[in-house]
Amino acid sequence: MSGRPTGERSGPDGRQPRGHDPHPRSHDLRTVGLDLAYDDRVVVHDLDLAIPPGLITAVVGPNGCGKSTLLRGLARLLRPHAGQVLLDGHPVHRLPSRQVAELIGILPQSPVAPDGITVADLVGRGRYPHQGWFRRWTSTDDQVVGDALAATGTADLAARRVDELSGGQRQRVWLAMALAQDPDVLLLDEPTTFLDVTHQIEVLDLLTDLNRQRGTTVVMVLHDLNLAARYADHLVVLADGRLVAAGDPADVLTAELVASAFGLTARVVGDPVTGTPMVVPVGRHHRTPSLVARDLG
Amino acid sequence: MSAALLSPGASGPDVSPGSARSSGSSSAHAASGAPAAARRAGRRRTRRVLGALVLLLLVAVGASLTWGGLTGEVLGHLGALLGLPGGEESFVVGTLRLPRVAMSVLAGVAFGLSGTLFQTVLRNPLASPDVLGISGGASLAAAWAILVLGVSGAAVSAAAFGGALTVAAAIYLLSWRGGVSGYRFVLVGVSLAFAVSSGLGYLLTRAAVDEVRAVLVWTVGSIGTPRWSAVGLLAGALVVLAPAVAVAAHRLRALELGDDLAGGLGVRPDLARLGVLAVGVALAAVATSQVGPIAFVAFVSGPIARRLLPGTGPALPASALVGAVVVVLAELVAQHGLGSLEVPVGIVTGLVGAPYLLWLLATLNRKGHGA
Amino acid sequence: MAGDSRPDRRWFTEVMLTSPAAAVAGLGAGRTSVRGAVRRRLLVTLLVAAGLLLLAVAASLALGARPIPLATVLDALAHRVPGDVDHSVVLDQRLPRTVLGLVVGAALGLAGTLMQGVTRNPLADPGLLGVNAGASVAVVLAIAVLGVTAPAGFVWFAFAGAAAAAALVYGVGAIGREGATPVKLVLAGTALSAGLTSVVTLVLLTDTAATTSFRFWQVGSLAGRGTGDGATALLAVAPFLLVGALLAAVCGRSLDLLSLGDDLARSLGQRLGRTRALVAVAVVLLAGGATALAGPIAFVGLVVPHALRPFVGPSYRALLAGSVLIGPAVLLSADVVGRLVVRPGELEAGLVVALVGAPVMIAMVRRAKLAGL
Repeated sequence: MSGRPTGERSGPDGRQPRGHDPHPRSHDLRTVGLDLAYDDRVVVHDLDLAIPPGLITAVVGPNGCGKSTLLRGLARLLRPHAGQVLLDGHPVHRLPSRQVAELIGILPQSPVAPDGITVADLVGRGRYPHQGWFRRWTSTDDQVVGDALAATGTADLAARRVDELSGGQRQRVWLAMALAQDPDVLLLDEPTTFLDVTHQIEVLDLLTDLNRQRGTTVVMVLHDLNLAARYADHLVVLADGRLVAAGDPADVLTAELVASAFGLTARVVGDPVTGTPMVVPVGRHHRTPSLVARDLG
Repeated sequence: MSAALLSPGASGPDVSPGSARSSGSSSAHAASGAPAAARRAGRRRTRRVLGALVLLLLVAVGASLTWGGLTGEVLGHLGALLGLPGGEESFVVGTLRLPRVAMSVLAGVAFGLSGTLFQTVLRNPLASPDVLGISGGASLAAAWAILVLGVSGAAVSAAAFGGALTVAAAIYLLSWRGGVSGYRFVLVGVSLAFAVSSGLGYLLTRAAVDEVRAVLVWTVGSIGTPRWSAVGLLAGALVVLAPAVAVAAHRLRALELGDDLAGGLGVRPDLARLGVLAVGVALAAVATSQVGPIAFVAFVSGPIARRLLPGTGPALPASALVGAVVVVLAELVAQHGLGSLEVPVGIVTGLVGAPYLLWLLATLNRKGHGA
Repeated sequence: MAGDSRPDRRWFTEVMLTSPAAAVAGLGAGRTSVRGAVRRRLLVTLLVAAGLLLLAVAASLALGARPIPLATVLDALAHRVPGDVDHSVVLDQRLPRTVLGLVVGAALGLAGTLMQGVTRNPLADPGLLGVNAGASVAVVLAIAVLGVTAPAGFVWFAFAGAAAAAALVYGVGAIGREGATPVKLVLAGTALSAGLTSVVTLVLLTDTAATTSFRFWQVGSLAGRGTGDGATALLAVAPFLLVGALLAAVCGRSLDLLSLGDDLARSLGQRLGRTRALVAVAVVLLAGGATALAGPIAFVGLVVPHALRPFVGPSYRALLAGSVLIGPAVLLSADVVGRLVVRPGELEAGLVVALVGAPVMIAMVRRAKLAGL
């Protein structure tokens, strides 16, 4: 046809809100030989990565390994230095911006809200890709925004100013905005980094809801290996801008991998709650003789 | 112009207790109720504020037309324009006062919009075309036209327009380094402003004494007694730029969130920024070419409008109205406020604007927002 | 830092601040050899700077609408022959002008370096921060209201106006959590300048006689301001400049510590409030005095420290020493260029500096990868 990626999205009027669509989203996002660079300094090298549609993917790796850069490359915010980012087989840079925005959304690290903006206004901005050259606001937009607020539990905050909210509330509001944008693939750069543990779990549970109920593909960069192992269906490990491993967390997360990618001595045991791999680091001060013997032997 | 900008997207904080209660209860009913209610409350507030501003503008215009007597003549002339019986055209009103007031309103609208566009897109509440040397560039070009080329009238206006565009383009190109950052733009703008004013100082030392006054007036901005053709030119330019302003306003909603989020929402941040800046420069350039660089109007209209309508984003219609009110009132003071002395309107705005600006800087800084 | 022993903090600071290259080298090498290398580099730079200054002075005495060979210049300085036109030009016109250039250039260079040190930002310059506008307003009011006409008479007004403006701009810009960031200061300076310019224009429009005197003063220039009444003014203002320079010398070390950040400086024993006050007074004396003597000249204070930094490193003591030499070199060169470019006419030094200074500042803004830029 016209070569545009298709999605199973349209209801009778062509604009059915996502939540009511039972079909999983099946857009295929992948990179082929991708190099990403800032000012000629190549940060991501020769990356071949396929994001499994409809699943939750976590990207982990040591500081400076290129995780954020990868996300920005996937979201079309960075042009590939070499190689390609393909959405349903088409290079993502050749597609019209608005169309890509309807399919791929990104929530960057530490987003900044304009001064004095209210929650409802901010979440409403997520509808931007669905509006025309001038701001045509329809009842569908209202509904989607309302659904997004309800899904993130922020409906009662609608009239509040974003800068008055707590960290956890604010992150939920940003999630609501991403929901209002209603993309098929949602990229999140360290969505839990500045939150306390309760709110970290809250956000990750919300993302899981999103994935299970709407079929949204979630790709998130996480610092915490254990949370990544627990929540991800697919784990991607980067180091020095290269792909070290990708696959099921149980297969990928081993002591050897942690040692080689992170330079960290650790034991990997089973999480007592979920059974997923749990990384238990061994530092300098907590070695018992038996552990030392085990590592040396 | 206002229709698109007043479209239902604008929302704001609830100020009246009634609406707070209603949004709370509606969230219990349907999830879509809360944001819609918040938006309706916001729109109500916007309408009230804009209405008040329009009223204020009409009062200012009325005062400006009738100050110094001749109320009857004014009414008569307006009546004649509207085709009402009993109206009689008046030279004083029709050729002297009315075009001056009309020009003031139009220039105020243009400067107000321009300043707000700049401040929003550069994410710096203290950056505006008059501070960044764009207006200065217009002055320099006008001075050069008057002193070196020896022309006057429309040719000077054309030179001023060209000067503003040239300086703006120079600032953009010089601050472009893989993109345009607000800080760099501002600092390059200020450097050029300095160079431009040095150039002006130099031209003034080389000017003949009788030309100095004409050049000085072009450095502060003055409405004077414009011809209807000039007023028509500015009005026409505003009409042509209106859709561009509306599109820019829409883009700004995404740009305000930062480059990454804007990119995620489908906007190309650099292109969008260039577009918004271009519209802002066009507005400032065309207004400056007719009335000179009226200091501070572009600068303060945005912050004042945002103070009246907090949380609604750039508040473009309000800025336009605030700009118009400021210029009309300043012109009134410039004409009659200093006794028998008639000064260019730019001096009044400068004298009032600078302390306000410093106060703004001080209070913004204290709250930690600052630049 | 290996982490096995705590480094000697003072040594670390001193070596770090004399030169970035030395800092890197010093972490491995022995103390004395590193400091020796740094000292030698500084000495060489200062010698070169002195050489440049000498060249500028020679050019200032020899070049102009009437080129005079160096031999004649030296002759005039040694044994003046009354009635000789060349000697008269050298001794009565160019020498006072050169002396003025030396004094004003040094003052501006020092003031700029001090300002950059105390505000911790590389874009500070007395002219950008409203000092010039303050002086202008005071001068124009003196002309219009008090009828003062001679440039020498403006001196005290210019001084007072510059001081008041600088105080206001710094005060406004420094309010708030982050203190005086580059953008805040520059915008406060611009705001004040714009406002004061309105006042100036108002006065000029209403008093045409004032325009005549003022418009020539307000383009910073060395011409004709070193002789006659100008010489008297120079002698009168000189003590203030001297005090300012002494304060600058004393504050050098404090500025080095200040550049580490408020918290670290305090923990190293710096009294921040006192240092800032002393530096502020020095800046006002130096910048105010310079503007009073030569009219508003911008960008010299901005450019001089930046020209020196690649050679002497970030240490303010070294920068201050260098600016006393490079400042006058820059100003005198600008003056000479102004004399040559439109012979037999003249471009004022202030204009030449502005035309060259703006591109330099823009180049710096483009290159800077500093926080807040």
